[in-house]
Amino acid sequence: MNFHLVLFLAFGAVCVGGAINLLAQRHPINSALSLIAVMAALAGEYLLLGAEFVAAVQVIVYAGAIMVLFVFVIMLLNAGEEEHTNGSRVAILLGVPGMLTGSVLMAWVMLRHSGTESVPIGALPGHPKDIAQLLFHDFLLPFEVTSVLILIAIMGAVVLASQPESAAGKVD
Amino acid sequence: MPVGIFILVSVIKSLIVLIVLLTAVAYTVWLERKVVGHMQNRWGPTRVGPFGLLQPAADGIKFLFKEDLTPPHVYKPLFLAAPMMALIFALTSISVIPFGNSITIGGLNIPLQITDVNIGLLMILGVTSMGVYGVALAGWSSNNKYSLLGGLRASAQMVSYEIALGLSLVGVLIQSGSFSLREIVDAQGGRFLGFIPRWNIFHGQFLGFFIYLMAAYAETNRIPFDLPEAETELVAGYHTEYSSMKFAMFFMAEYANMITVACVATLLFFGGWHGPLFGPHLLQALLPLFWFAAKIFCFLFLYIWVRGTLPRFRYDQLMAFGWKFLLPLAIANLVATAIAVAW
Repeated sequence: MNFHLVLFLAFGAVCVGGAINLLAQRHPINSALSLIAVMAALAGEYLLLGAEFVAAVQVIVYAGAIMVLFVFVIMLLNAGEEEHTNGSRVAILLGVPGMLTGSVLMAWVMLRHSGTESVPIGALPGHPKDIAQLLFHDFLLPFEVTSVLILIAIMGAVVLASQPESAAGKVD
Repeated sequence: MPVGIFILVSVIKSLIVLIVLLTAVAYTVWLERKVVGHMQNRWGPTRVGPFGLLQPAADGIKFLFKEDLTPPHVYKPLFLAAPMMALIFALTSISVIPFGNSITIGGLNIPLQITDVNIGLLMILGVTSMGVYGVALAGWSSNNKYSLLGGLRASAQMVSYEIALGLSLVGVLIQSGSFSLREIVDAQGGRFLGFIPRWNIFHGQFLGFFIYLMAAYAETNRIPFDLPEAETELVAGYHTEYSSMKFAMFFMAEYANMITVACVATLLFFGGWHGPLFGPHLLQALLPLFWFAAKIFCFLFLYIWVRGTLPRFRYDQLMAFGWKFLLPLAIANLVATAIAVAW
């Protein structure tokens, strides 16, 4: 078997295992750490596909910044273990078969009707220059619109966080 | 290059770099104790070996043989994993740092670097941003209020200063047009007016360098930003509950991070291994390595010098400095560089 394929399957296994562990763990910090493992494994997959820049950004943004904030909030609130429930019967009877059918359907659609040719592992153009060309030339308008959207979100967060004192008293 | 030889060369390079890095870490500790000692009118270590030069070995043996306590109230899996995470991430980032040009041994062209990836700088930033988990989880899993405060402070501080740190480097990236550390260094060869080296710090990135330097001090939790382990308030911060080799791992991680930060500053702002070359052929081959090491030594000395000089910030001052001063300054530097390059 191809060495690349072995690595690809190994990272995929870490991804799926981390995602299942995320749901199975009862302590929030363990769940958060599983999610970090999923993010890091995804970065590994991107690296194998040849998209080095996307892999680095995945690690910096998701594993290094967003998840740090998750862990920070869990630590700050000192969130304890969740209570264990047996789960609802509806979820087991409908949810599990539904999820399996959905994932099989999605895999089938992607494999059969994607309309694009499959790319061998490691052959995607992932050089920063290619990505810059795509972002700042071919897709400039969507990129700028997204920037404005994020700016609005930041301003909204600032407004929500800095309520005037009189208003803050009423909310509490 | 055949796969077998490639793996052999990579293993040998990794071993050499690891040994040199760990020795450098040990002797940075010695240097710090010695220099701070002299600054405070003391001698520092003198007993073990000449000038106390064997002190790091004695320290290492002492750490290995001390009793390894695990307090009963800690969350054990993360308590054990946290120092390893801190050290692993600190050591990993050295793998993309180039130390010099390539050398040729027996017809094989070997670059003096473990691996050259075209996103080298991003990889260093990514790995360092993961390093915060070691500190944060150590503080949390110790189940101790001082440790928790230290861990919280560390994560808040590192996330805040990471932004200014990243933005201060973008100016250099715009000028050299590459993420590859080797290409960034190669762009800095040559001189202005025949005598000023063409380093980025003399090439419009003076402000960028100082933003990087200040943010880097905060990223490595050093004085004047060592709030996560402020002894006067938090006993020892996030590593209060640690003993023996686990405690030593946090210290090794801190010093390895200092060396990485000094390497990045040297590569991005001070021309890497560029410097005057003279003398016979062998000397000419060794001089770049010497210049690289000498520049890093200057940075480490500066670290220690600052530690012996400055007091610690208050926490609100630290946050205000990062967000209200350093970040706008970094953005201004970025905009100015972009305009100058586009001109």
